[in-house]
Amino acid sequence: MVTPPAGPPDPAGGPSTSRSAKLLRRTRLALAGVVRRGAGSRRKRLTRGPAVRDLLDEALAGVAARPTRLILTTLGTVLGIAALVGTVGLGQTAAGQITQRFDLAAATRVVVQPDDKGGQEGEAATQLPWDAPERIARLNGVDAAGTVSQLEVGDDLVRSVAGLDGQKEGHALQVMAGSPGLFDAVRGGLTTGRFFDAGHDKRGDRVVVLGKNAAERLGINRVDSQPAIFVGDQAYTVIGILDSVSGRAELLDAVIMPNGAAKLAYDLESPDAVEIRTAVGAAQLIAGQAPVAIDPNNPSALKVDAPPKQGGVRKGVESDLNALFLLLGAVALLVGGLGIANVTLLSVLERVSEIGLRRALGAARRHVAAQFLVESVIVGFLGGLLGTAVGVLLTVGVSWFRDWTPILDSRLSLGAPLLGAVIGLIAGTYPAWKASAIQPITALRGT
Amino acid sequence: MSATAVALPAPVVEMIGVRRFFPGPPEVQAIREVDLTIGQGEYLSIVGPSGSGKSTLLHLLGLLDNPTGGVYRLDGVDTLSLRERRRAVLRGERIGFVFQSFHLLDHRTVLENVALSMVYVGVPRRERIARARVALERVGLAHRMDFAPTTLSGGERQRVAIARALVAEPSLLLADEPTGNLDSANAEAILEVFDELHHEGMTLAVITHDDNVSRRAQRQVRIVDGTLQW
Ligand SMILES: Nc1ncnc2c1ncn2[C@@H]1O[C@H](COP(=O)(O)OP(=O)(O)OP(=O)(O)O)[C@@H](O)[C@H]1O
Ligand SMILES: [Mg+2]
Repeated sequence: MVTPPAGPPDPAGGPSTSRSAKLLRRTRLALAGVVRRGAGSRRKRLTRGPAVRDLLDEALAGVAARPTRLILTTLGTVLGIAALVGTVGLGQTAAGQITQRFDLAAATRVVVQPDDKGGQEGEAATQLPWDAPERIARLNGVDAAGTVSQLEVGDDLVRSVAGLDGQKEGHALQVMAGSPGLFDAVRGGLTTGRFFDAGHDKRGDRVVVLGKNAAERLGINRVDSQPAIFVGDQAYTVIGILDSVSGRAELLDAVIMPNGAAKLAYDLESPDAVEIRTAVGAAQLIAGQAPVAIDPNNPSALKVDAPPKQGGVRKGVESDLNALFLLLGAVALLVGGLGIANVTLLSVLERVSEIGLRRALGAARRHVAAQFLVESVIVGFLGGLLGTAVGVLLTVGVSWFRDWTPILDSRLSLGAPLLGAVIGLIAGTYPAWKASAIQPITALRGT
Repeated sequence: MSATAVALPAPVVEMIGVRRFFPGPPEVQAIREVDLTIGQGEYLSIVGPSGSGKSTLLHLLGLLDNPTGGVYRLDGVDTLSLRERRRAVLRGERIGFVFQSFHLLDHRTVLENVALSMVYVGVPRRERIARARVALERVGLAHRMDFAPTTLSGGERQRVAIARALVAEPSLLLADEPTGNLDSANAEAILEVFDELHHEGMTLAVITHDDNVSRRAQRQVRIVDGTLQW
């Protein structure tokens, strides 16, 4: 049953067989050498110990030996890392979208109005002058400015002269007044017609622009026939329909007349507020200068609404979202890490006889520890890798679905698998120590 | 060439007054006052009834366990003064183990199992594979190299284990009931391998309670209640 040590070469054998035969002879010589060695002669020691590469191979083989278990073990880390990458990625993406929306409209809008809190001395502390828009317009960085006011119309209802809405009594609509620059300042867009101009204002012409919602209720959708409406018992000509604004959405529900007409009909004493549209990046500067420009004697009586400092919106939103998302991811990772620790510990108990064998083959305690530690790191790393892929897919998928531009920090997608490895390292520490503490005689006893 | 042909070979094993007590309670004196010398190239069998301390003695011989007291020199090296790392190195280089239950890794091929015994002594990978092939050919398993151990018969598995024990060229081959799980035909095959190894100069210590196995050895030692008798 045993092959004769120096048997004839295998007839089917190629070069590999002859090489084996040579090695075989060498082994026999080496074995014989054990005998010949004289007293006191020590044989050359191989103190090199195992190569790092070999320990890695052993750990890899250990992981690969149980594929089903590998999948189950990584599951927790995959979920944790996916949650982390996905939530941070989506958080950044979402914050990016919010910021983009804020950017154009909000970041260039400044509103000045009398400070209500300044009214301790009875009346409103101060009144905005009619020429506030002109004063503001002189400032460098202002693109447009206009006043806006809410009119006290009492019981005056608004109705269409042509009766197109089929309602006799009329509608309780908001009536507002503005300077000609208002529409430019709030980025107004028209469905049809035109805005009123300085001439209308100066002459006190009874013209109005309708917000699109107001126009709809009045049944007016064209202005080329110069439709008329009544506000109370006064008739006004509709010259335009406002389609869109930014910042002051109530204009869309209102009937808007020039200040000139408002003064005549409703004794408007002063504007409620000044809407200012600044150049990009100038909002902070204008916010500081506007009160002085409007009321040099008492600038502090004016309240200024301006967008937060550059980048403030983005940072604020992002850090809020990220804190929450990171917390979620961290919890998931903790669970994932505990999962790895648990399964690795189980694996140690199951592989006691393997541990004993390795010790018998010359593995020191630290080699056994390294074996399980590296296995655990591999599991963590694989989990991290898979989790990152899932997280990135999640971010891209949701972004695609919601028409967002996915924003992915490359540090995140590179660092996340490493984070998985670190979790594996931490999770594997205790099981590895446990494995290395197993006595070889205990491990080799029994079956 | 046999061991006797060499002038005064240094003994591979030198045990003087070795004890191994397992602290209780109750304390078990598994090995008490053992003096044992195994010369180079010697084929020794250790026989004794169950519980007499055979496995304990083998663990001590194989540096898997520390004696409670006494002196143990392996290849002239005083093993008791060694630290754990040095003991592991010495164990990996000088001792080959063959166990009753084979202790093969089920998830690795036969070849990998044999090559594994050279990993911890730092033999480069290519050399490991080459030497593992030779060792497997040596025990007549050239045709089973890429098989999983689970597909082999008991006798074949034990021959893989022997190949694994040989391949690192140990000074001492230790076998604990190597034929305990085998039928007589397979057992005979294993004993033939041992005979051959003995003729090639390998030092062997085989533990058994089977007289047929014990008789094959050059020298027999009895162990009863943790003490040697001959
Ligand atoms: N770790 C231990 N702790 C306590 N007692 C032990 C331990 N290991 C062995 N013993 C005891 O030491 C004695 C010798 O055990 P050992 O395993 O060496 O016997 P053996 O001769 O190999 O028996 P068998 O032929 O059944 O394998 C037994 O009484 C056993 O119970
Ligand atoms: Mg035993």
